Amino acid sequence: MMRAYAIAKKDMRIYYLKGPVVIFGVLSPTFLFLAFIVGRDLPIDFLIAGLLGMTVFFTSTSVSPVVAPTETQSRNLERLAASPVSITTILIGDILASVFFGVAISFIPVLLGIAMGVTIIHPFILILGIVLAAFCFSAMGLIFSSTPTSMTSTVMMLSTMIKFPLVFISGIFIPIGELSLWGKALASLSPLTYITDLCRYSIQGNTSNYYPVVLDISALIIFLVIFMVAAVKLHERSLPKRL
Amino acid sequence: MQNVITVRDLTKNYNGLMAVDHINFNVTKGEVFGFLGPNGAGKTTTIRMLTGIIKPGFGQISIMGFNIARDPIKAKQLMGVVPEMSNAYIELSAWDNLLFMADLYGVPKKTARQRAEALLGLFDLYDRKDHKIKNFSKGMKQKIIIAMALMNEPDILFLDEPTSGLDVQSARLIRDIVRKLNKDGKTIFLSTHYMEEANELCNRVAIINHGKIAAIDAPEQLKIRIGGLQRVEVSFNKPADISELSSIPEIINIRKKGDKLALYTNEPGSIIYKLVDYSRANNLEMVTLHTLTPSLEDVFITLTQEVGK
Repeated sequence: MMRAYAIAKKDMRIYYLKGPVVIFGVLSPTFLFLAFIVGRDLPIDFLIAGLLGMTVFFTSTSVSPVVAPTETQSRNLERLAASPVSITTILIGDILASVFFGVAISFIPVLLGIAMGVTIIHPFILILGIVLAAFCFSAMGLIFSSTPTSMTSTVMMLSTMIKFPLVFISGIFIPIGELSLWGKALASLSPLTYITDLCRYSIQGNTSNYYPVVLDISALIIFLVIFMVAAVKLHERSLPKRL
Repeated sequence: MQNVITVRDLTKNYNGLMAVDHINFNVTKGEVFGFLGPNGAGKTTTIRMLTGIIKPGFGQISIMGFNIARDPIKAKQLMGVVPEMSNAYIELSAWDNLLFMADLYGVPKKTARQRAEALLGLFDLYDRKDHKIKNFSKGMKQKIIIAMALMNEPDILFLDEPTSGLDVQSARLIRDIVRKLNKDGKTIFLSTHYMEEANELCNRVAIINHGKIAAIDAPEQLKIRIGGLQRVEVSFNKPADISELSSIPEIINIRKKGDKLALYTNEPGSIIYKLVDYSRANNLEMVTLHTLTPSLEDVFITLTQEVGK
């Protein structure tokens, strides 16, 4: 675990200010959110809950996909692969860096909401949800970066192709309860749905969530396990192709 | 002698192309083992398998008793690796790169700082310790990469083309450091393109070509066994007639090398007398005259041509 933390520390120093991280992790969700709210009269607690879910999603999936292609290009990966750490440890390190980034940036909409008079009704559930979702989305980001390429732009294009549709089917802009039956079925396949639902529960109150809290948390854990196992397997296969 | 690296039947196949073909060798404790071969011969693939970076298709590798397939972490803990391409983190300082390596190998903080200071001193980089690697020259980068590989005080050091592309002074410094590390008891696995470097540094060399080991022995043994003919290299003040020289019966072959002629023979002494007679008869003056035994390069050329046929 100490070795994974060392990798996370290295990632934080190198990747937090990289262009793709800032563009896809901070600017994209900000502008997407502004495009949605400008000119519409929606309750602030609804908006903040949606913004929070989207922020965790975009920030946590912005660091982990950048690391592998960048280190392939800069030829750091071979040195890392020769050191006494497993691929799982390397990926956990990348996830930790991504999680710290996701959790830290997620405080911005929370503080913005509090400043605008929003009350956090269930703070512990909210913190648990944000941390769990950050892990889940960071692991998801690793799946994008398992493509054996040294081009960050290729990975970011692939991740954008998947991330943007998810934003629209996960109850951020339209509550899940108001979706059609097939819309609800589609939403249940997205991990973003469950953190958004938890944010609504934590900020808007007990009647605003669509799924039970236990189901939201369980779903995030299940997605995390699936993404992590898939990421390890895919990276094990793609590593030799990157060298 | 204790074997620290044992390779048995090592094989790697890439989409039908046999990159490494059932190779076997041992490296004994405290030796500098050279691994030579032309481009694409399988050197880097072999080193990547030995260092646990890629998995072998078939065969076994033991690093100080640890099977790299079963105990990769324990085996890797005992080695330092300098891959072929420069690969320190350019956004980090020299100091941070060294401490990152220490963290990866689980070196305690205090020991890591002491080692980093000592290594930066050894490589004459202490004054640049807080500078980012992106501002370093190629030679300085290579020094820091070798220093990174030494942060865990490895028993075995793998060096893949460590002096490739370096200026004369940097290459010489790295060769001196390799000698010092070997004197301090480290086993060194050295892959290089430079025959003179291998000749100077290695106790034994293996020559690989088309994925197969063509020969393994001490450089001098290889020269005697495989190097072939001795040669006399001569240059004259005016162009000499090669056809006339070819008529000297002791000369087996003649090659033109710039302004010199290389005369291959088994009787260099006799050739020298004949050359003196030839220059007198043709009113030529000998500018230089050398007798040379086969070099490691001759061995390399002979072997790589044979296996390649």
